Amino acid sequence: MDSFILQILNGLDKGSAYALIALGLTLIFGTLGVVNFAHGALFMIGAFCAVTMQRILGLSRTVVDETQTDFLGNPLQMQVPYVQDWFGPVAGAAIQDWAVPLAIFLTIPVMLLVGWGMERGLIKHFYKRPHADQILVTFGLAIVIGEIIKAFYGANPIQTPMPSAFVGTVDLGRYLGLGEGAVAYPTWRLVYFFFSAAIIAAVFAFLQFTTFGMVVRAGMADRETVGMLGIDIDKRFTFMFGLAASVAGLAGMMYAPILSPHYNIGMDFLVLSFVVVVVGGMGSLPGAVLAGFLLGITQSFFSNPAFKGYFVELLRLEGTFAGTVITGLDQIIIYLVAIIILLTRPRGLLGRKGVMED
Amino acid sequence: MTKTTYSRRRVLKTGAVAGTAGLMMPTYLRAAAHEGFTNAPTGDTVTLGFNVPQTGPYAEEGLDELRAQELAVEHLNGMGDGGMMNTFSSKVLDGTGIMGKKVEFVTGDTQTKSDVARASAQSMIQKDGCIMITGGSSSGVAVAVQGLCQEAGVIFMAGLTHSNDTTGKDRKANGFRHFFNGYMSGAALAPVLVNAYGADRRAYHLTADYNWGWTQQESMAASTGALGWETVENVLTPVGAGDFSSYIAPILNSGADTLVLNHYGGDMVNSLTQAVQFGLKDRQVNGKDFKIIVPLYSELMAKGAGSNIEGVFGSMNWNWQLEDEGTKAFVRSFGEKYGFPPSNAAHTCYTQIMLYADAVTRAGSFNPCAVVEALEDYEFDGMGNGPVLYRGADHQCFKDVLVMEGVASPSGNANMVGYDTLRIVEQTPRAQVEYAPDHPMFAGGALGECNPGA
Repeated sequence: MDSFILQILNGLDKGSAYALIALGLTLIFGTLGVVNFAHGALFMIGAFCAVTMQRILGLSRTVVDETQTDFLGNPLQMQVPYVQDWFGPVAGAAIQDWAVPLAIFLTIPVMLLVGWGMERGLIKHFYKRPHADQILVTFGLAIVIGEIIKAFYGANPIQTPMPSAFVGTVDLGRYLGLGEGAVAYPTWRLVYFFFSAAIIAAVFAFLQFTTFGMVVRAGMADRETVGMLGIDIDKRFTFMFGLAASVAGLAGMMYAPILSPHYNIGMDFLVLSFVVVVVGGMGSLPGAVLAGFLLGITQSFFSNPAFKGYFVELLRLEGTFAGTVITGLDQIIIYLVAIIILLTRPRGLLGRKGVMED
Repeated sequence: MTKTTYSRRRVLKTGAVAGTAGLMMPTYLRAAAHEGFTNAPTGDTVTLGFNVPQTGPYAEEGLDELRAQELAVEHLNGMGDGGMMNTFSSKVLDGTGIMGKKVEFVTGDTQTKSDVARASAQSMIQKDGCIMITGGSSSGVAVAVQGLCQEAGVIFMAGLTHSNDTTGKDRKANGFRHFFNGYMSGAALAPVLVNAYGADRRAYHLTADYNWGWTQQESMAASTGALGWETVENVLTPVGAGDFSSYIAPILNSGADTLVLNHYGGDMVNSLTQAVQFGLKDRQVNGKDFKIIVPLYSELMAKGAGSNIEGVFGSMNWNWQLEDEGTKAFVRSFGEKYGFPPSNAAHTCYTQIMLYADAVTRAGSFNPCAVVEALEDYEFDGMGNGPVLYRGADHQCFKDVLVMEGVASPSGNANMVGYDTLRIVEQTPRAQVEYAPDHPMFAGGALGECNPGA
């Protein structure tokens, strides 16, 4: 039971990251009809906003400590952060400690700007081009962004710690009556899950309960008719691109303490996110969220040797070739589930008729 | 020190083998321009190929290797302070290049992909006329490039490659490895681990699902198993998985009290960080404190993992904190040029170039078969690892191995994270990590005959 709850939690946590990225992808596809292969790069930029905030707060002056020497025997040069000069050692260190959450003030404007720049500077020229062209140009853009990040930040993963208040685990076993320490889950991952849920809820509320959102939804359903009503739908869609970029950026920013950012992190998530979008149904926002969680939980369970062992035993496949295949399923299970779902529901879980079918 | 001469019989024999093989080779490898062996240098320069990952998951290590390789070329050509040339037990290198020919080099980006690395090495041999290829950071890549060099008739001086297979089942006559291997890591670490944590431990292994990971896991399970530890589970994880949480969560209820992370590079940084986030280091299982082990450490990984490495044991081929004269000379040369200490990946690449240059000079020829003879069973010192043997039976170097432990930075200097956050626990003597060439973990391969190419 403890193991089961842990895998569910883990799946929800993983799924929330997939869902956030897939949500942004679907927003862009649903509004602009563009298949954006640079969306993973937007996730990466968000993660590097956290790194940048950490570095800004870590900007330092150099003090030479004559009492110590460096590895070459020269007097040791120590770095004293300006933020500690301004706010004192204790408050300054506390501000540095909260670099990742504080990065939200950097991430939102940067992502809106990047999203707007991408849409106006590049993507808009490809609206009427085939999807293959859109994929090629956005994929190329993703590579360029990755290389720019590498040139500035190097190729190594960069440690971006969470605030020390969130280090450690929450003993959920005690709250669930399963005994002390039975289900301990990392605090920051719980924070990430609730943060994702809040962002997803906010995006849905924005589209559902605001006039702007209503117009966007109308535009997603029938762009031409909305245009004929005198509404500048293009401007709204540009904003939606910025919004989608911000969602991806925030997802990346909050994920930085979980997965140390590196220049290729976007590509790691991109392929999985496209699978999530296709399984959820192209253009379906609830589908993207549902598929994100479904695939996250599936992957989580199939990474557990105990669960796979139980599965093999249930099917009475111990010692057979099929049993061996099942024990190695964790690396392909997402794609297997995608194939099964697409064979049984070709439009995905909640896909609409007519989307990408022309 | 003795000057090695290669035998006429051996060159004729290998030449005959190579001639037969050459009929099946691409045209460029059989070109008449080669005088007796592939890419024989004819002018006053000789070109070496530095094939390292400059992009991809091991790029930082590749770039550090490249720094050391460029430094080695400087020293060979008589520039700089000479580095470890001054402490090397062999004194035939005099700063005039290799046998009076100025050393030049070309670089290639392996991207840590075997096919790309082979294409890059092939281009270096075919277009740039390289006589020797060096580089590494992934065993899959090293094995692939080593195979190509064997076919092409050039020497491959492996950089960072730690799989048993490189000098085990995939060993080749034209390939040489200075770096240690998975077996040696296990043999050095196991006694230290048992001493520190006791003989009654239940270990859970997470293993990178490729050549290196498999042999590393096998080595660790065997060496700790021989001293009483039980391996409760070994889970293979995809390379570059990123988020390892779904592999880490099952450990919590597995009954294991030790986690062995057979991961390297970015994978190790992520898996260790996430294992710490799951509270593994704070857990108590079976009445014992839960422990994490990273069998293969590097400075750049330690830098990436930050404070998460504190209290975590691992092993290294060499470390800049050693106090022998060779290490001091190399650290000074590298540090003054680049502003930070060299990694153990940098050290092995620098050493390999020096050993190649030395072997050519002692043999009096660039002929790969002459170089092979000069390196086989060669004993040397002064290169940072104490006395070292390049064993002829498998072309593997045998030397002391370092057992390391992650610690809090003693200097508090942010620029030294990864360098001073690894402490040398023990310099395990060479005798403890030696094994027979036909040891089961290294069986199934044969060096074959050296191939001079043309």
